[in-house]
Amino acid sequence: MAVAIILLLVAVASVLFHIFSPWWWTPLASNWGYIDDTITLTFWITGAVFSAVVVFMAYCVFRFRHTEGRRAAYNPENKKLEWWLSIGTAIGVAAMLAPGLVVWHQFVTVPADATEVEVMGQQWMWSYRLPGKDGRLGTSDARNVSSDNPMGLNPDDPAGKDDVVIQNDDLHLPVGKPVKVLLRSIDVLHDFYVPEFRAKMDMIPGSVTYYWLTPTRTGTFDVLCAELCGAAHAQMRSKVVVEEEKEYHAWLEKQHTFAELSGQRDVAKAAYKTGSE
Amino acid sequence: MVDVPFDTVAGVPPAEVGEVELYHPRSWWTKYVFSQDAKVIAVQYSITAMSIGMVALVLSWLMRLQLGFPGTFSFIDANQYLQFITMHGMIMVIYLLTALFLGGFGNYLIPLMVGARDMVFPYVNMLSYWVYLLAVVVLAATFFVPGGPTGAGWTLYPPQAILSGTPGQDWGIIFMLASLILFIIGFTMGGLNYVVTVLQARTRGMTLMRLPLTVWGIFTATVMALLAFPALFVASVMLLLDRLLGTSFFMPTLVEMGTLTKYGGGSPILFQHLFWFFGHPEVYIVALPAFGIISDLISVHARKNIFGYRMMVWAIVAIGALSFVVWAHHMYVSGMHPYFGFFFATTTLIIAIPTAIKVYNWVLTLWRGDIHLTIPMLFALAFIITFVNGGLTGLFLGNVVVDVPLSDTMFVVAHFHMVMGIAPIMAVFGGIYHWYPKVTGRMLNEALGRFHFWVSFLGAYAVFFPMHYLGLLGMPRRYHDIGETSFIPASAHDLNAFMSVAALIVGFAQLVFLFNLIWSLFKGKEAGGNPWGAASLEWQTPETPPGHGNWGKELPIVYRWAYDYSVPGAIRDFVPQNEPPAGLSAQGSHP
Ligand code: HEM
Ligand SMILES: [Cu+2]
Ligand SMILES: [Cu+2]
Repeated sequence: MAVAIILLLVAVASVLFHIFSPWWWTPLASNWGYIDDTITLTFWITGAVFSAVVVFMAYCVFRFRHTEGRRAAYNPENKKLEWWLSIGTAIGVAAMLAPGLVVWHQFVTVPADATEVEVMGQQWMWSYRLPGKDGRLGTSDARNVSSDNPMGLNPDDPAGKDDVVIQNDDLHLPVGKPVKVLLRSIDVLHDFYVPEFRAKMDMIPGSVTYYWLTPTRTGTFDVLCAELCGAAHAQMRSKVVVEEEKEYHAWLEKQHTFAELSGQRDVAKAAYKTGSE
Repeated sequence: MVDVPFDTVAGVPPAEVGEVELYHPRSWWTKYVFSQDAKVIAVQYSITAMSIGMVALVLSWLMRLQLGFPGTFSFIDANQYLQFITMHGMIMVIYLLTALFLGGFGNYLIPLMVGARDMVFPYVNMLSYWVYLLAVVVLAATFFVPGGPTGAGWTLYPPQAILSGTPGQDWGIIFMLASLILFIIGFTMGGLNYVVTVLQARTRGMTLMRLPLTVWGIFTATVMALLAFPALFVASVMLLLDRLLGTSFFMPTLVEMGTLTKYGGGSPILFQHLFWFFGHPEVYIVALPAFGIISDLISVHARKNIFGYRMMVWAIVAIGALSFVVWAHHMYVSGMHPYFGFFFATTTLIIAIPTAIKVYNWVLTLWRGDIHLTIPMLFALAFIITFVNGGLTGLFLGNVVVDVPLSDTMFVVAHFHMVMGIAPIMAVFGGIYHWYPKVTGRMLNEALGRFHFWVSFLGAYAVFFPMHYLGLLGMPRRYHDIGETSFIPASAHDLNAFMSVAALIVGFAQLVFLFNLIWSLFKGKEAGGNPWGAASLEWQTPETPPGHGNWGKELPIVYRWAYDYSVPGAIRDFVPQNEPPAGLSAQGSHP
């Protein structure tokens, strides 16, 4: 009796916790509401199954627990019941998988009008790069990395000269515009993770990975690293600022291009050599 | 009239192979230390696994202390936290659960359940244990090498596993890989034994479809392990070469702490494929023996045949086979080609079907049973709840797009603890309470056992159920300290503290369990040969604990399946597998 009640309580407590707990996902800030919907659907289906199984068990324990003289029934199998249960399960699984795959298809299909933004991870900081006037990002390679060129951009690639390079600072994005986030690393695995965007993807040294999203609301959001990258993994933070087009452009104006940055350094170096500084 | 498809009277075939002379120990050393008797090896495996498991348990306390009360314990820093999770995860999964289920339960139960005198290759079986012990010693040694154990996470992903920036990159990682390589060598020797014994050494009348599900579970898990571990073996060897000789199997051109390394041309993703080609089947390597054990516990303690035996066997085999084509569901956000997602999400969700069948058949076995709420039965019930819970959250993580926000968060940690941590541990405990009387001849103390059960089950549930919601919030895993964020409310820290307190209480209950194991060895109630009234062969041995050679002079002959409980018309509520049907006198001794 007590056991049956406790089992029942486990199910009831789990459901109540789910309903009343204050811990739930952070408000969405991207177009990936579909993902939240799929999670909600999955919660409904799995929650129903969980409750049904535990309640059934609790009932069995209550109803069929050993008492003097009780004897169990003998029924080795029941083909029909087993088939019905399998078919029912298959339908439930399909009900979650089908929408999941549809949304995944959207997730991996980048819209043609998405602008590119590059995020580079390294132990333990984030850098960003936006295409310049030509709308293209120049090539890069870990072999080019130096203190003057921490993102490893190809100095001979004309497409890279006007790229906007942002280091030790926040990334800004215009609201309502689809972006393709290109992900790159020069040392180990990292993962560019903004909880409000829902999307995430590992960054792998030696290749470029990506995902896309459309920011849907303005605000400042935390960037965390979601793939273990060594000792300071938990402190690898940054921020993304989503703002209106106008403010975004005002911010963009103030940023420096790759050419400017390397130019400045050359000027600084030359000045140092001649001792005129 | 009930439908009884299991022929109980089919004749018993004559023995195909005559009895083989057993190896007989001649001294104390060969009897208890360098023993070739599977039962002794089983106990050696179990004690070693539980000892190193205690280390993993203590590490879990330290991690929980840090997570619950960040900043309070100056002796735990970021590096140590990473070293703790790595060692905790690796020990729990491989050195505790795999070794205990296959080396411990497998060695003890297979020969007894199939009616054999011992494993078919006793000498190799002995070697298997000693190599395993060596692997454990090498693993434990990493705590004492310069720089300490590796902190690369139990997944050991390169490049970071072998670069500076990660704790334990000089010595720890080398020892870890060496230990894994040894473990796999040792396991292979044992594993071949289990498979061949099940296939070749079954006694007369013991057809495959009369095997207890425990044997089916362990057998299938062993076959899977023999196919999956080689992937980890090559991955470990290649990573070791990358680390020691500077090869670049997994290393692309990259920068280490600001300077360009000599590495180039390798693929970090390749390692992940190899790791998970092993890693996913590994989940089922610890799950399938648990499935089998739970089936048997439920059937014995509900005094009812397992419902849908044939379906149960096919489900085990189907799960075993399918689990080799789902590995990349651990890599949805790894940067592999996005189209893989369609394939692996589909295969992963298909596995849910045979798995669900198993759950239905367990609870349907309870239906109209005669449920004795013994400790093994309680653990079986707890197994079902935690397994169903963890299995269902697997449907979130397996459904590729749902995995995107949840991957690498505490949701994942909660999920895998439920499904492959707590659930299998419940099966381990249930199994120990159930078979301890056979192994030692004495019962475990009932009151201590119930205390242990309730605290472990409710406590572990209280730790890991709420943890899912921290993951939903967006709290990443492998963070020693979440620090300042804009999206995690202060109340989440209180929840973390609550979970830590619960975890410490659960840990304490395990000490009670260890005490019970030792105390009952001397003071436990005498068990007799078959205290639960079980039908399977291991309970029908002439002596308890079973003597050398298990069966005295004559091997048993099997006339029926292992689940003849509450058969209509029978006097007792169980019929042992070796009891001849009425009207047929026992064969063998009276031909
Ligand atoms: C009461 C018992 C346990 C507690 C309190 C516990 C606690 C923890 C904690 C706090 C973490 C680190 C989470 C993070 O920050 O990412 C962890 C990781 C882990 N645990 Fe447990 N654990 C327990 C039992 C188990 C068991 C039985 C298993 C067996 C499968 C297990 C397997 C793992 C694995 C594989 C990891 C991941 C390590 C990694 O991220 O590399 N744990 N556990
Ligand atoms: Cu990281
Ligand atoms: Cu898996």
